[in-house]
Amino acid sequence: MFAYVLRRLLYALPILIGVNLVTFALFFVVNSPDDMARMQLGVKRVTPEAIERWKVERGYDRPLFFNAGVQGRGQVTETIFFQKSLRMFAFDFGRADDGRDIAQEMRDRMGPSLALALPTFVLGLFASVTFALILVFFRASYLDFWGVVLCVAMMSISSLFYIIGGQWLVSKLWALVPISGYAPGLDAARFLVLPVAISVIAGVGSNARWYRTIFLEEISRDYVRTARAKGLSERVVLFRHVLKNAMIPILTGVVVVIPLLFMGSLLVESFFGIPGLGSYTIDAINAQDFAVVRAMVYIGSVLYIIGLILTDISYTLVDPRVRLE
Amino acid sequence: MGFLPVLLWTDALFFLLLAIGVATIVHVRREAPLRAAWRRVGSRAGGMASAVILLAFLAIGFVDSLHLRPQLPVANGAAENAPVAYSSEVLSALDVLLAPLRTRVEKTYSAPFATELYARETVELPGGGQARIYPRLAWGGSHLGEATGERDADVARRIATGVAGAMEVWIAVAAILVVMLARRRGKGMGEAARALWRGEADLAWRAALVTLACVFVVVILAIKLAPYYHVFGTDKVGQDVLYLSLKSVRTALIIGTLTTLVMLPFAVALGIMAGYLGGWVDDVIQYVYTVLNAIPGVLLIAAAVLMMQVVIDTHPHWFSTAAERADARLLALCLILGITSWTGLCRLLRGETLKLRELEYVQAARAFGVGTSAILRRHVLPNVMHIVLIALVMDFSGLVLAEAVLSYVGIGVDPTTISFGTMINMARAELAREPAVWWSLMAAFAFMFVLVLSANLFADVVRDAFDPRRS
Repeated sequence: MFAYVLRRLLYALPILIGVNLVTFALFFVVNSPDDMARMQLGVKRVTPEAIERWKVERGYDRPLFFNAGVQGRGQVTETIFFQKSLRMFAFDFGRADDGRDIAQEMRDRMGPSLALALPTFVLGLFASVTFALILVFFRASYLDFWGVVLCVAMMSISSLFYIIGGQWLVSKLWALVPISGYAPGLDAARFLVLPVAISVIAGVGSNARWYRTIFLEEISRDYVRTARAKGLSERVVLFRHVLKNAMIPILTGVVVVIPLLFMGSLLVESFFGIPGLGSYTIDAINAQDFAVVRAMVYIGSVLYIIGLILTDISYTLVDPRVRLE
Repeated sequence: MGFLPVLLWTDALFFLLLAIGVATIVHVRREAPLRAAWRRVGSRAGGMASAVILLAFLAIGFVDSLHLRPQLPVANGAAENAPVAYSSEVLSALDVLLAPLRTRVEKTYSAPFATELYARETVELPGGGQARIYPRLAWGGSHLGEATGERDADVARRIATGVAGAMEVWIAVAAILVVMLARRRGKGMGEAARALWRGEADLAWRAALVTLACVFVVVILAIKLAPYYHVFGTDKVGQDVLYLSLKSVRTALIIGTLTTLVMLPFAVALGIMAGYLGGWVDDVIQYVYTVLNAIPGVLLIAAAVLMMQVVIDTHPHWFSTAAERADARLLALCLILGITSWTGLCRLLRGETLKLRELEYVQAARAFGVGTSAILRRHVLPNVMHIVLIALVMDFSGLVLAEAVLSYVGIGVDPTTISFGTMINMARAELAREPAVWWSLMAAFAFMFVLVLSANLFADVVRDAFDPRRS
């Protein structure tokens, strides 16, 4: 097991290098730092001195790959590639445009993001599986048909509608919870109830429909027929046998997103003013803070790769037929 | 008045897509298995009904893709042989058709069917002094003059004549359909009509006709009412919301279809090459798509859009009109969305090709000495096309929804491009107003819902018909 995880980690390394190269190409080769400076300072009426100052502040005044101006090791280390890209492997992201350390900011913001994303994930999974099980229990009936229609209708509604509509109805019209904001500690619950509820409702349509097809596929297997032939009731067949086996594809499908929960949700966080990583990203996009966006891209891929490794491990835990070699 | 036709990049690609669609139809009519699969699509009520709605949206998008620059009126005292000047504003055929809607701009918000502005304004009274009143709209219900009390009766009369007109058109279309079916089957008219109504025809014509009736009613009501009232109200700058919603349809269609079109060549070529050739080619392609997959989609899009914005802003001389610039950004967004979404299709095609490679007919072709490229083209490609088709229709609705979110976040289409996302973005704070302005948001969400719902239903039917595991 240990050797397997180690090998997977080593295998992840080239992918991280690839991600690093892609972001480097995107941020420094497609556009020169001069272009970015001109963009941020305003295209017209910008002096060369202002551009130079902008570049020095951010450390973009170095050459891309090779610095001929210095001696020895500095030829390689005093470059944008080394300072900005290679340092990301050590989770050193430098400073944002407002002068704060990006890595520290990320650590501070993971908490609120997780406080929103974790309940959403757990409740969402529970709601979707329950809804799918109900549909499967009443399969090929009117309830099933209209349930699927409801799922398709729900997944055809824009997530923006759920958020804007829910905020208007619950916070403004009924005034049950604050419209937006966040407080540390247990007090946060007051602010989190609505965003969690909205995220769960927004996701239930597509997830429940997907889980329903997984359950139906499982129900047509031989072992289900055997269980029925033994005289087990439909309830026992469904909950003891089908649910357990169907959880294999469902769990392995969702394990990959668990690490990404740290990233939070862009939309919900910015609408509800939750100071997590999602709203951090949105603010960075709006302020065109390239360093923060670059750091988020990197962190996102690291978390995704961790998710992939966890997925492989979870296969062995839930499915004894799979052996990691 | 003369005009100069303008072909934007997205127009060209959209027409290319339509041409591919027509070529596909011709091809399908010749091939029996494909014909049978599409017949399965047509035999499902949901398939026919959603296809009718999608075609209606497609018609709007098509008319909106015919771009032109109108000729400017000749200035007084200009020389006889002066060169013809064209407006720098690029319009579409839809803009010309909807000229009344486009140009009849009010001062600010007005509710649907309102004859007065939504907000009170202080006006000078003719006899001196001031009053706070709801000013009369410049265009909404202007044919009523001062008799605004007759509005409800007027609207009801127009709705009644509109529905009657829609029914007349519908009956004519239904009659033509019955005649065609009767001639093809060699049956009597009455028999054909009864078979159609009982749902005994081999295609679900009944569902199509019922949907068509709804489409006719909506379209003809809009034609009857929109020139006289702001059916969906007006937005902050007084633009008619119906006009904005109709213009958004093209953006949604372009994003939903062109994204798949631009990524298709890469996904198909790389997917079947990885699956068929194996070895280091497979390793390299798998590495590339794992890397791209590892970056969360929204962040990759955000990074790429930010960078593309820099490119567009630092090269203003590339574009001669603002429309061309907005169009370049729309196309770039399609490309970026394509880059983030081709990996899924590529992986599916690789898996399918791995299976096909071992089948007897491919091995026989190899034994006969058929070249690799010929095998891929003649034996592998046609047998993975159903996956491509399913991906095309399945991705559409997700992309339409994604456009709204991305434009809302500020990394979507150009702010001057009318789209559902920019509409929602402009109206984001309107519900917080007192009293709330709900119509722009509702119109955008309602149009989007109908489009995405019919796309989802159509995609389901297509998948059921083409996926061999599901039949």
